[in-house]
Amino acid sequence: MQRFRLRLSCALGALVLASSPVLAQQITVVCDDLGFGCNTMQPIADRFMEENPGKTVNLEVVPYQSMLESLPVQLASGQGPDAAIVTDLGGLSRYYLDLTPYVDPDLFNSNFERTLQWLRGGDATSTAINGMPTSLTVNGGYVNLTLFEQAGVAVPEEGATWEEWAEATRQVAEATGTDFAMEMDRSGHRFASLAISYGAELVDEAGNPVVDDGLRAAIEQFVAWHQDGTMPMDLWGAVGGATHRELFSDFLNANTVLYFGGSWTLSQMDQEVGDLFDWKVIPAPCGPSSCTVMPGGGALVAFQHTAQPELVGEFINYLAEPQNLSEVLAAAVEIPAASSLIESGIEYPGSSERTQEALSTFIAQIPKMAPAAYRFQGWRYQRAMMNALTTRISQVLNGELEVDGAMDRIKQDVNLAIEAAKAQ
Amino acid sequence: MSASSRIAHATGSVFALPARAVEPLMAGLQRLIGIKRMPWFFLLPNLAAVILFSLLPVFVNIYYSFTGSDRLYPSERPFIGTYNYETLLDCGNYLDPSTCSRDLFWRALGNSLVFVPTQVAAMIGIALLTAICLNGDIRGRGFFRGVFFFPVMLSPVVVALTWQWILQRTGVLNGMLTSLGLDPVNWLVHANSAFFWSVFVTVWAHMGFYTIILLAGLQAIPRDVYEAAKMDSANHWRVFTRITLPLLRPVLLVVFILAVIRSVQTFDELYVLTGGGPGSATLLMVQYIYEIGFAIQPRNFGLAAAASLLLGVVLLVFTLVQLRVSKGSNNG
Repeated sequence: MQRFRLRLSCALGALVLASSPVLAQQITVVCDDLGFGCNTMQPIADRFMEENPGKTVNLEVVPYQSMLESLPVQLASGQGPDAAIVTDLGGLSRYYLDLTPYVDPDLFNSNFERTLQWLRGGDATSTAINGMPTSLTVNGGYVNLTLFEQAGVAVPEEGATWEEWAEATRQVAEATGTDFAMEMDRSGHRFASLAISYGAELVDEAGNPVVDDGLRAAIEQFVAWHQDGTMPMDLWGAVGGATHRELFSDFLNANTVLYFGGSWTLSQMDQEVGDLFDWKVIPAPCGPSSCTVMPGGGALVAFQHTAQPELVGEFINYLAEPQNLSEVLAAAVEIPAASSLIESGIEYPGSSERTQEALSTFIAQIPKMAPAAYRFQGWRYQRAMMNALTTRISQVLNGELEVDGAMDRIKQDVNLAIEAAKAQ
Repeated sequence: MSASSRIAHATGSVFALPARAVEPLMAGLQRLIGIKRMPWFFLLPNLAAVILFSLLPVFVNIYYSFTGSDRLYPSERPFIGTYNYETLLDCGNYLDPSTCSRDLFWRALGNSLVFVPTQVAAMIGIALLTAICLNGDIRGRGFFRGVFFFPVMLSPVVVALTWQWILQRTGVLNGMLTSLGLDPVNWLVHANSAFFWSVFVTVWAHMGFYTIILLAGLQAIPRDVYEAAKMDSANHWRVFTRITLPLLRPVLLVVFILAVIRSVQTFDELYVLTGGGPGSATLLMVQYIYEIGFAIQPRNFGLAAAASLLLGVVLLVFTLVQLRVSKGSNNG
């Protein structure tokens, strides 16, 4: 009996030892199910597991809100998944694992030269590869061409200024009885497109917040558009704090001539507006400083606490191979962040001609983006600035603050946020 | 032996088994700590839960309020003394939020000081009126009780989204106004109307709960008191002020305390309905604390903890006043 027990113990021990490497070769990646997310990555993950027996990649779908609110708390407590697709690129940078030893650095540095900087939290001296930028999003405007045609107003050409677009859309709205000429999502990111084209720096090279005349001019113009009814008060005027709000339904119901959102709504636009009326994506409207919009996007990053850095690196490197990356991007109908794919172009077999054309317009804006836009996107305190912008501009729209007061408050809010984060 | 006795006997045997099993343990423990300390032993599980989930978070909150940085672990958070409190209380003129370092904190406090009394007064007034109506001999009384209680069962987010759907520019209410030939109104864009609808929606959502409590209180008032008043030819107003209100006072006090606590905690409905806007017109204390601690990056846990403690002090003062008033009322 004793010998039997000994044998049984040895067998169980051997089983545990034999199985532990297999169990250990497993990682969890969390992502949402929109665009470049778990659903579109699954075929690549399946292929990776087929080619690498014994290695498991679990793609776990979570809501986007959970990525914004729960993931940072998990990471702060040293917990959480091995990797994730995140959009707060600079804000979470201190948790990222430097993948340099586990991936092909040449592939990453050549393909993601500008966007890798966004993952370094504003550290200009860093050369770390903190993840793989998945896709690039581009802010941009959609216009209702049918309304332009009905009004007999010419659609402004590429290079038209924000004021020219405002004037043209006002004429269209007046002639067709449309409620509003222009709408912009209540988002600091969207407003930053306008502000940077008006010359706002928002953040300098050293990572300090900048509140300048460009920002003042953009706020004054934005407030004026709300006061004269060019833009509705519902979005920026009716909501407080940092709340994000958009009224895509206004564009869908032809209640606005121009809707300023971004490339991520393209598939929704195609599916829901479809052929209800003629629409298109417009090139970036110009401000006194530049014709720029904000870039954005997500990145697949690994976290320092992972017990499987090699496997995470191997999987991310596999996904970064151009043929795999283009497969996911085509399924997600998103713009590539990889320069090789921007140059060669991607085919989107399941998309309509209008979507393809819209994507081309969005992609054409990328080379025109101002350096300030790239700098702001990778700044660790970008969200603090964006929250301050939405909160304070809404207060100006409601008469709680003057523009000068709002400028002071924006600067103070961001400085207090930075101070609180750095407090020693 | 009857069937019911047999069941009772069998049930007793089932429960007696574990009791008998732990009896020697209990006897041993009693010998060890003495019979006087045994109640503490039985209270221990609940006490531990209260300490772990109520008291400990309070102490953690106090500690966080004296620390800085956006780190989560207390050990990683540097001690910064009273800096968070100084920032919150740094004001040129306490009656003018724009002179304060953290102006939104003072705006939220000011809004809460207007919102809470307005909402509680409206809530209790309407709930009392409804309870009196439902206490009368009306047709379909049961149905109406259900109707008034129904919103209480809804999730606050559902309540807010429903009312947003009604009140937005292209909402149901404006649809009705337009069909009557009237101009649509942007209900949530103007500070005063947004504040009115904030009070209205929260009263609508919670009134049913207080109505039920007040209804129970009304039904507990003896009928013969009313009959005696009727024989004395007392009018309705006199009956209400001299009989109903005095006899309902203990229930009203409970309702008042519950309504104030709920009102101070108001967050979810307004966060979804107005997001604290327009501007900061409907920004209340709890939303301010939430935004500072969780929604705005980098998360300022220390400042949120300090703000919540200041709110806690205000509530503590209020509770002490309440206790004094209720004590006076009981003695009187």
